[in-house]
Amino acid sequence: MAETTLTPLSRGVAAGGGVSSLRIRAVTLVAILAAWELLARSGLLYEDVVPPLEKVAVAFVHLILSAETYRHLGVTAWEVLTGFAIGFAAGVAFGVPVGARRFFGAAVQPYVDGFATAPKIIFLPIVMLAFGTGIGSKVALAALSAFFPVAINTAAGVRQLDPVFVRVGRSFRLTPLQMMFRIYLPAMRRSLVTSMRLGFGLAVIGCLLAEIKFSNAGLGHLAIEHYNNFRVPDLYAVLILVFVLAVGANTLMARLMPRH
Amino acid sequence: MSRRLATTLAGLAGVAAVAVALEATIRAGWISPLIIAPPSSLARAFAKLWGEGFVLQPFALTIGQAFAATAAAALVGIPWGFWLWRRPELGRAYEPWIGAAFAAPTILLFPLFLVIFGRGYATTIFVGFLAAVIPVVLKTREAFLGVPRVLLAVGRSFHLSEAALVRRIAFPAAVPAIFTGLRLGLIYALVNIIGMEFLIDFGGLGRIVSEMYFRYEIPAMYAAILLIVAVSWLFLAALARLETWLRPR
Repeated sequence: MAETTLTPLSRGVAAGGGVSSLRIRAVTLVAILAAWELLARSGLLYEDVVPPLEKVAVAFVHLILSAETYRHLGVTAWEVLTGFAIGFAAGVAFGVPVGARRFFGAAVQPYVDGFATAPKIIFLPIVMLAFGTGIGSKVALAALSAFFPVAINTAAGVRQLDPVFVRVGRSFRLTPLQMMFRIYLPAMRRSLVTSMRLGFGLAVIGCLLAEIKFSNAGLGHLAIEHYNNFRVPDLYAVLILVFVLAVGANTLMARLMPRH
Repeated sequence: MSRRLATTLAGLAGVAAVAVALEATIRAGWISPLIIAPPSSLARAFAKLWGEGFVLQPFALTIGQAFAATAAAALVGIPWGFWLWRRPELGRAYEPWIGAAFAAPTILLFPLFLVIFGRGYATTIFVGFLAAVIPVVLKTREAFLGVPRVLLAVGRSFHLSEAALVRRIAFPAAVPAIFTGLRLGLIYALVNIIGMEFLIDFGGLGRIVSEMYFRYEIPAMYAAILLIVAVSWLFLAALARLETWLRPR
């Protein structure tokens, strides 16, 4: 491990020994929660800006026991999954030629970079003009958010591909479609899973931000409703739920990663 | 003709072709100009934005916030990353957390920051800071971990004190990689701040998009969005170039 080889600079820590990582994390977590509770009860901030933990816990229990929550969750899940599927498919379809054709790749690169870097949420007005203010605009924004990381990562994956595979395909005179499904995609499983994780994470962000900005359903809508009515513990509860779901989905996809 | 020039020209030709196709589709009435602004209207729309002071001042405001957020991220993140290197047991313990924070959708927490800081620069800059500080911490720790052991051994053979070892050897050797963290941090801060400005209708470039949408000035809205895309690209390219220029060869 690189870390242990460098320990000599910091004396006082026995090599390999020291406090276990688990204990450090546990202590940190307790310290953070204690600091939170102290801040909440200190009266330094307006009431409920940092609500006491028990209020957040109660709000969270209310949240997960309410049928309404699952209606909003269903809307968000539908928007994220549909948008992600569209963005992922389009990203792969665009990324393969960008990676395979050097000239094409170099020509489109500055435009892809610019759009990929810009915050996707600013495209919300455009997709609202095109698809209305309902679910369609959230699906479109999720798709747009997923598209760029998938396209860029796919193109990079194609560039790193062993050229032998491509030459075999060419010598069999495969059509472009056959090249895609017989050569590129199977050889790029790992990079595709990475694309999925990146794309999915951004689809979640794009969809929820769009819901927060303008919607009448979904977890983002629920969050901003609580905010508008100053139900801060409920706001915390919704955001905790969103984080748990997002991190859970990410971990699940990490498990999909093919091992070599 | 050099390859670079050829690809640039091909790219521009592609953009021109898309613009002409869009213009034709809109003029033929297949797409409403209220959904996609005709490309021919963009120049006038941009001039209008410029004339009403919707270009330079918002640009300066947004960039200023991005630099403030990155400066704060440097002040907090560099010592933090250094500390995680000096105390390897802490570094090991917190590594997965920082990795998770990097992937976590922190910008979704912004309603909380609105509650805590109110709708103002404190919120936008804090969101930028949060986005920037994680890559700075990660890259700083990596930078120190990557200092060649030979260099440290040379220092020790000269009987340098621990402090001198850090100041004279480890830190200078780590600077290029720390700069990578700052570069990433600045870009993340910029992007997140623009997004926040749009979301809360406050501040610089992001607010302009929101405002033009509510005024229903579609060409001006498109011009503002393209301006943001151009600024994002310029930042990305300029900082990458600055980094290769600064990096010792």
